[in-house]
Amino acid sequence: MNWKKEAMNGWKPRGEVMVGDTARDAVGDYQYGFHDPENATIRFDKGLSEQVVRDISELKGEPEWMCELRVKAYKRFVEMPMPTWGNCDILEQIDFDSVIYFLRSSEGTEKDWDDVPEDIKNTFERLGIPEAEQKWLGGVTAQYESEAVYHSIRSDLEEQGVIFLDMDSGLKQHPEIVKKWFGSVVPHSDNKFSALNTAVWSGGSFIYVPKGVHVEMPVQAYFRINAKNMGQFERTLIIADEGSSIQYVEGCTAPTYSTESLHSAVVELIAMDGAKIRYSTVQNWSANVYNLVTKRGIAHKDATIEWVDGNIGSKLTMKYPSVILKGEGSHAEVISVAYAGGSQHQDTGAKVHHLAPNTTSNILSKSISKNGGRSSYRGMIQVSPKAHDCRSKVVCDALLLDPDSQSDTYPTMEVGNSSADLEHEASVSKVSGDQLFYLMSRGHNEAEAMAMIVNGFFEPFTRELPMEYAVELNRLLELEMEGAIG
Amino acid sequence: MEEEVLRIAGLHVSVDGTEIIKGLDLSISIGEIHVIMGRNGAGKSTLANVIMGHPAYEITSGTIHYRGQPLEELEVFERARAGMFLSFQYPLVIPGVQVGTFLRKSVQAVRGEKAPTAREFRKELKTHMEAMGMERSFLARYVNDGFSGGEKKRLEMLQMLLLTPQLALLDETDSGLDIDALKVVATGINSIAPEAGCLLITHYQRMLEHVKPDYVHVMIDGCIVKTGGAELAGELEERGYEWLETAG
Ligand SMILES: Nc1ncnc2c1ncn2[C@@H]1O[C@H](COP(=O)(O)OP(=O)(O)OP(=O)(O)O)[C@@H](O)[C@H]1O
Ligand SMILES: [Mg+2]
Repeated sequence: MNWKKEAMNGWKPRGEVMVGDTARDAVGDYQYGFHDPENATIRFDKGLSEQVVRDISELKGEPEWMCELRVKAYKRFVEMPMPTWGNCDILEQIDFDSVIYFLRSSEGTEKDWDDVPEDIKNTFERLGIPEAEQKWLGGVTAQYESEAVYHSIRSDLEEQGVIFLDMDSGLKQHPEIVKKWFGSVVPHSDNKFSALNTAVWSGGSFIYVPKGVHVEMPVQAYFRINAKNMGQFERTLIIADEGSSIQYVEGCTAPTYSTESLHSAVVELIAMDGAKIRYSTVQNWSANVYNLVTKRGIAHKDATIEWVDGNIGSKLTMKYPSVILKGEGSHAEVISVAYAGGSQHQDTGAKVHHLAPNTTSNILSKSISKNGGRSSYRGMIQVSPKAHDCRSKVVCDALLLDPDSQSDTYPTMEVGNSSADLEHEASVSKVSGDQLFYLMSRGHNEAEAMAMIVNGFFEPFTRELPMEYAVELNRLLELEMEGAIG
Repeated sequence: MEEEVLRIAGLHVSVDGTEIIKGLDLSISIGEIHVIMGRNGAGKSTLANVIMGHPAYEITSGTIHYRGQPLEELEVFERARAGMFLSFQYPLVIPGVQVGTFLRKSVQAVRGEKAPTAREFRKELKTHMEAMGMERSFLARYVNDGFSGGEKKRLEMLQMLLLTPQLALLDETDSGLDIDALKVVATGINSIAPEAGCLLITHYQRMLEHVKPDYVHVMIDGCIVKTGGAELAGELEERGYEWLETAG
């Protein structure tokens, strides 16, 4: 994987040209706006209390320590103030009492697609999940509301000792590993939303890759919120043991409701010496989802952690994938795009903590704002006094599609060692009338021309995604452009 | 039998309140090659842009008809789909969009139902690129991004050949080309010329060694002041424009 060098070198092509037709089947402005009737088998009342937390744990038959951790986290959540950054006005609108914290829609996690309940199966089939598995994935988890409904892993990976489970099964089958690492990267007391997640988490992925094992095909998780007022609080933990590598891909959607949903996940990555983890996300939430996610990884000696993070939609997204470069020679790569449409705020960015010598990081953040949307880049680069000869490069590019939209950057650098080599570049650009004229003179209407420019702007991100995701993302952006131009 | 593709009558054009084209008439038929020459700033590009529908220019009076239809009814992309093509004097960079994707989408947009299948398209593309001496690796680059002047002009030509226009407006496509590239461009123009009307904007006679114009127009300060045959270009090259400038 030679992604590191390429990604930051600006506009380098993927190499292959796609000649062919991309299918189009729009379902209105927000493509995944359909929803299915809720057929819950267990559904909690709205609102949160210590009892709700204990009930979730008991229902899942968890060990005592997990139940106690949840309760402790719940208490922290109640005490802790809201974050003071991001968008305080929107954060204050969250009504925690109107959220449903747990909803079970299937009796268990199926290994055979045919055994998944019909309505849920339909949903995922409309999202293209089972076909993708056959074509290009090493394993799949599909989560519907609070829990995984389907799960599979290729047998050759299983034989090599790779563990890929939904988090609930992970806790049941490998309690000792989970206990050792759960919360070790993102403690429950990290922030209000990590406390909330620790208290009510359900589902998510648990992955362990043994020493020296390279998982060549990406493994994928798909998260779907279907019910109104639903909160989704998945918890993901990935441990890549020494010299191993894995690529994990997740996609998320929710239907369009007039009421709000809350998505608050925690992701913890641990890359042991010489290991490599790439975590790719494409989130496409409807415009009334609060998306408040804590993602953090620890990279040990010579390890690499890469976050490839795409955020489309939601009412407010606050997400700053971070990497703690703990071991000498470790490397962090964060490449993210955000698309903020009307009345949406994408507050995203990246944080890298250089704690060891000779550590390097690259951050590329690209955002597009449209119809009065707002994107903010919030980043932090920290170099500790002992960490000599560190290098970091941050590039932030914002593209504004109209005069009503907004973009801002809040970069922070705390540098404790003078040998550090740090670069920061930021640019804000607008789509030029001459670019549009050029494309329109080639037969493209305004929406198509805009979509081409937007897709091109995101290309450094898109080319890092598996092809299926890249095509899907381009198509989503085309729909976004169509929706807004009359 | 001649078929008129473009008719311009009494055209006045302003940008930001300043008049640039000040009463211009021009008629182009299928199979004809027209050349416009004139000093920097005379309004040549403005004319080409206005015909294509650039929104920055305001037509204050006069009319433009394309195959009998008043152009004001058509948006820029509709003009392209109706068979009009403009080769830009300064082609635009579209970051992140690969040439191959861009060409395929443009061909689909412009040729619509008559667009070639993916396979036919690849074949056409290959033929034209070979004829133009373009490397395949061009397709993976981003549109005009980091292109040399000559490469940009070649890409414009490639687009013209793929989009099969009935009216081709070529704004200084011959500028900055080496001798080989010039021949390539000329070959391209000659190949579409029998079925299209061509308007070539140029500063140099050398292009006209390879392309035989039916008319040469001299544009000064927003007006066509003289029209002649191919020999006029040679005269201009020798004598400059001063002798055509009438007092007043
Ligand atoms: N968009 C614009 N805004 C302001 N002025 C413009 C614009 N377009 C053209 N002009 C002005 O109109 C006049 C004619 O410009 P035009 O580009 O048409 O000249 P040209 O004949 O093509 O010159 P050249 O040979 O240098 O290409 C110039 O004075 C130019 O500055
Ligand atoms: Mg010009």
